[in-house]
Amino acid sequence: MTSGLLFALVGVALFALGVAGVVLIAQLPRRILAFNLMGSGAFLVLVGLAQRGDLPDPVPHAMVLTGIVVAVAATALALALVRRLHALTGRLQLPEDDGD
Amino acid sequence: MKALAKTFVVVWLALVFVAAAIGAMLELGPAALDLRAPVTDHLTDTGVSHPVTAVLLNYRGYDTLLEIAVLLLALLGILAAGGAAGSAAPKAAHPMLQASARLAAPLMILVAVYLLWAGAFLPGGAFQAGAVLAAAAVLLHLVGLTRGWDSPRLRLRLGLAGGFALFLAVAAALLTQGALLGFPPAWAGELIMLIEAGLTVSLGLILAGFFLFLSRDLR
Repeated sequence: MTSGLLFALVGVALFALGVAGVVLIAQLPRRILAFNLMGSGAFLVLVGLAQRGDLPDPVPHAMVLTGIVVAVAATALALALVRRLHALTGRLQLPEDDGD
Repeated sequence: MKALAKTFVVVWLALVFVAAAIGAMLELGPAALDLRAPVTDHLTDTGVSHPVTAVLLNYRGYDTLLEIAVLLLALLGILAAGGAAGSAAPKAAHPMLQASARLAAPLMILVAVYLLWAGAFLPGGAFQAGAVLAAAAVLLHLVGLTRGWDSPRLRLRLGLAGGFALFLAVAAALLTQGALLGFPPAWAGELIMLIEAGLTVSLGLILAGFFLFLSRDLR
């Protein structure tokens, strides 16, 4: 097993953890963390599978570099929205999750 | 009880997914589409010698153009969602910490410029350089040397949007020559360096803005 494949396998586990977190966790900041974990898993799969051979494929690497920056932007926007929600309602959960 | 059943189902599905995906990856053959050869074959025409930078700014330049647009859009979203701003004065950290931050910040700017320059032939480039610049700004804010940002004035706005505007201007100029972001090989190196320099400044400011605009107190 090459280290690239190992990265990809760990990436799959992280992605599944992240998906479970996004679905199960009601608190929004933790849900954003889980969303980021999902993204990191996907990036690991892309980078890991791209370097299975002797020479890494630069195209997925460039895609991941783009993806990381977009994930940062999405996270920052999500945090801003959560802060706004907290300032307006004093809560960190969406209304339909309050019953859980 | 319902929540417990939901947890059980989600965890079970996640485990099945992991097992299936790991099984598939262990059986995975060589890539059906190998892009390594086309990338290296045309590398001399791209103006840079590092393949990742060539993909980012030449082969798939419009990805990067849209990426900086997305960043700018996210920043505008943050500014729009910010609400009434109360810019609290930062809490001053220990003088020793402030002195270290004062020492570190110029070095971080130096590292950022090096990363920008090295991107043409080594791992590096505008995004890494911009991230280091933003980290320097966040460091200075965390030790209490700079305030969190209020709504941006003209100069900051120009800095935030400048990288995207420059990139767009180059893309439009190249469109008159033929294709969007179809760099002529003779000029590609200079144009890419110009775009990357603009991107570094704007990315540093935008990424720092994600932190510094959000570090205001909401009233």
